[in-house]
Amino acid sequence: MDREQRVVIAADRDIVTARQEGRQLASTLDFSSSDLTVIAVAISEVARNILSYARTGAITLQVVEKNGRRGIMVVAEDAGPGIEDIGLALEDGFSTSGSLGLGLPGARRLMDEFEIHSEVGKGTTVTLRKWAR
Amino acid sequence: MTPRSREEHGSTSEVLSELVAHLRRNRPQLREEWVRRITESRLLTSMTKEEIFAEATSVFDNYVEVLETGSVEALQAYARNLSERIIPRGVDTPEVVGIVLLLRDVLARSLFEKYQGDFPLLNRVLDAYEPAANRIATTVSVGFVQERERVIRQQQEAIRELSTPVLQVRERLLILPIIGVVDSERARQLTEQLLRGVRANRAKVVVMDITGVPSVDATVANHLVQTVEASRLLGATVIVTGLSPEIAQTLVTIGVDLSKMNTVGDLQGGIEEAERRLGYRVLSVGEHAAPETEG
Amino acid sequence: MLVPILKQGDYLIASIQAALSDTDLLRLRDDVVEQVGRYRSRGVIIDVTVLDVMDSFAVRTLSTLAQMITLRGAETVIVGIQPDVAFAMVQLGLTLSGVATALDLEEGLAYLNANARAKGRRPGGP
Repeated sequence: MDREQRVVIAADRDIVTARQEGRQLASTLDFSSSDLTVIAVAISEVARNILSYARTGAITLQVVEKNGRRGIMVVAEDAGPGIEDIGLALEDGFSTSGSLGLGLPGARRLMDEFEIHSEVGKGTTVTLRKWAR
Repeated sequence: MTPRSREEHGSTSEVLSELVAHLRRNRPQLREEWVRRITESRLLTSMTKEEIFAEATSVFDNYVEVLETGSVEALQAYARNLSERIIPRGVDTPEVVGIVLLLRDVLARSLFEKYQGDFPLLNRVLDAYEPAANRIATTVSVGFVQERERVIRQQQEAIRELSTPVLQVRERLLILPIIGVVDSERARQLTEQLLRGVRANRAKVVVMDITGVPSVDATVANHLVQTVEASRLLGATVIVTGLSPEIAQTLVTIGVDLSKMNTVGDLQGGIEEAERRLGYRVLSVGEHAAPETEG
Repeated sequence: MLVPILKQGDYLIASIQAALSDTDLLRLRDDVVEQVGRYRSRGVIIDVTVLDVMDSFAVRTLSTLAQMITLRGAETVIVGIQPDVAFAMVQLGLTLSGVATALDLEEGLAYLNANARAKGRRPGGP
């Protein structure tokens, strides 16, 4: 397992930092430039989610490997209010209409793997993975 | 050399060191035996005897070294290296698995022969040898398969790229003729190539001809719509030509409003429409053509 | 990071120089709207060539900006969206619908001028 990079999310500048570091890390793998942008956007979305709903949290970036393929794993966690209805939060209408700004359905569409664990009152952890060619 | 008594043997690593020393001492014979069995089993037929011998030497030495050190990293690096060398020679998976297992067997028999006089010792030797040998066999085989898959993916990507040319026909006009089955990967590549083409050629209109596409599923239909939308973000209008009734139906099913999409029956008509748009494009200050009235 | 806004005749050109945080984006929006009002500009060009990411917040903010500008009788054109960025945007479902887009500054000006002409006005830019 490679070292992990952690970016604390507490201010909106941190969103930029997180996605730039994510892009940087992903560029060491076999990703197309289009993929790098997609990864950066996905990180931006989940990082902003942390800021909007939990005020602080952290993004952890790590290179992972499965079946001989390498990829990037992004874990966004916070100790915020948690999501009551995950199913609803993952519905498409939310992100495109923009009213609630939940970037979750968007981030999920962009990445290869998406996992979410959330408990009301405890917090939320979103795990994203994208595999290089 | 006579086998030592039971009490004089200690840990697995000591046993391992001894058997590794034995294998190294008998390297020439063992290697020859292995090559003989490879040829007998009709493996590595795409390689000459000399080539097999050369490879066998380095494979043998690496094998013994990994037995000795047990280093996983060295093993994986070795497996990757081996695969990179032999895949271009047309060696396939059963052959790789076959030769590694043959080597394992040749060395095992040599150990049987040496320690057959002392059964408990033989058992200890095998206890040390077998896990290590099996680990090698597994790692090399799996590594080979993964490397092959990676090469195939790369080749597929290259083929896709070649099969989707973006043509500049006139200034500011690009044509993208798509022929054949379009899957999700190809659609993605198509979009990327088109967008780069739009930027590089400063295209204002793209004629995307899908006459040659038999059908698309909802996912790919979605990708096509995304291509049109993304092109717009770069300031280019996409005219879709050759839309079959079947594909039109798929688009409608996923919620596309066809009346909002620029579609023309065939490629010729599409190009004419594109030229019309470009011709009637209002000229910016400084460009040639029609005199304008002031005020 | 403050975005420089240049006035060119009837148009304003905002050239983004580096990655913008959410606060920077909102500041840009407010600055542009204020200046459109102050100079009675007819058109605004936002150049995003330098941005390697445009996420949902950025797109929302630019959309809002365009809407606010329209209320002041002016038109917005977003120029310089990079191919990778455009692709990521549409995958997210962000199409900037209702907002004009062009390849680059030159095309953006051409568009605004064409619009001005169509409305019977003389072109307002260079």
